[in-house]
Amino acid sequence: MIRTFITALLIISAAPVFAQQAPITIAVRDRQFVPAEVPVPAGIKVELIIRNEQTMPAEFESKSLHREKVIAPGASASIFVGPLSPGRYEFFDDFHPATRGVVVVK
Amino acid sequence: MLATAIIVFREVLEAALIVGIVMVASRGVTRRGAWVGGGIAAGILGALAVAGGAETIAAAASGIGQEVFNAAVLFAAVAMLGWHNIWMTSHGRELTMEANRLGAAVRAGTQPLWALAFAVGLAVLREGSEIVLFLYGIAAAGGGGVVAMALGGALGLATGVAAGAALYFGLVRIPLRHLFTVTSWLVLLLAAGMASQAAAFLLQADLLPPLGSTLWDTSFLLSDQSLPGRVLHTLIGYTAQPAGIQLVFYLATLLVIGSLMRLAGNAAPAARAGHAGQPAARASATRVKREA
Repeated sequence: MIRTFITALLIISAAPVFAQQAPITIAVRDRQFVPAEVPVPAGIKVELIIRNEQTMPAEFESKSLHREKVIAPGASASIFVGPLSPGRYEFFDDFHPATRGVVVVK
Repeated sequence: MLATAIIVFREVLEAALIVGIVMVASRGVTRRGAWVGGGIAAGILGALAVAGGAETIAAAASGIGQEVFNAAVLFAAVAMLGWHNIWMTSHGRELTMEANRLGAAVRAGTQPLWALAFAVGLAVLREGSEIVLFLYGIAAAGGGGVVAMALGGALGLATGVAAGAALYFGLVRIPLRHLFTVTSWLVLLLAAGMASQAAAFLLQADLLPPLGSTLWDTSFLLSDQSLPGRVLHTLIGYTAQPAGIQLVFYLATLLVIGSLMRLAGNAAPAARAGHAGQPAARASATRVKREA
């Protein structure tokens, strides 16, 4: 039963589509994501560059995107997301949970 | 201050719950306090080193160093927990039988706690390094926040440790004859949850395919940002929106460790044949097989 399930998973995921898309930069500035709403096209892989402009570290985290990454003060980090289906994917700074943003996939 | 306390609490909670389970699993073993305490101390030193080298780690392996490092730490902990369970299945019952007849002293030095101590150290290292980075960030920002930070940090630490202690004192009420089965399962589920977390890091690093980016979404029932969600995330690997690859790693860990426990349990049946009473080790191994 498990084997069938795993096989099914492998089949479902066997079709990742990669297309060219310029990286999108999101700054963390004064405990805010700039921009806080990030439009992303559906169905392709996109690179998000998170640039921490603060004097304290930030942890970019998203439960729905399965991403969590600590970014040192003044540093940038790349986070690849997608291919995603249309919808809203919230993210936040785990060190300052009130700092929130959303990836909007259309 | 409260914000600091909450964040420190969340990071401490995960390590404290793991320590709680390890303390229950090593119940009755002499000098377990030294083993577990040593693991925690080594973990704290490791956390300071990791926090100090955070930027180097992050920049390593073309920017995926942090993900690879986290996954490696988690997989090492999975291996330690699995090894402990397998060892206990082949030896634990005899030890318990002897302990009942001859007293707990017989177990002294016979049960290797280094695997559990190592797992504790790794858990403290991972969670601790984030606390260090977070607190360092506040301290570096300067201002009047340092006293509030220290108070908040202490409060968060105390609350987290209290949660781990509550788990421990809840679990030690379980009668000894069931305790082995219960702790085997707790350790097994803990390991499976860690494997699923490790898979998420490798997915983030693009080293593994997602196999379905969101298999299901139960965040409306139990968000993994809520306190019960976080506790269950640590204990059994609960994830509200898991990727397929996480489920694969979760099930594979249950299956592999469970099968090895069953093999280890069967390898030494002769030693047990003469003993009466509840065959806890074998019962647990059989359950693992059936439910996996």
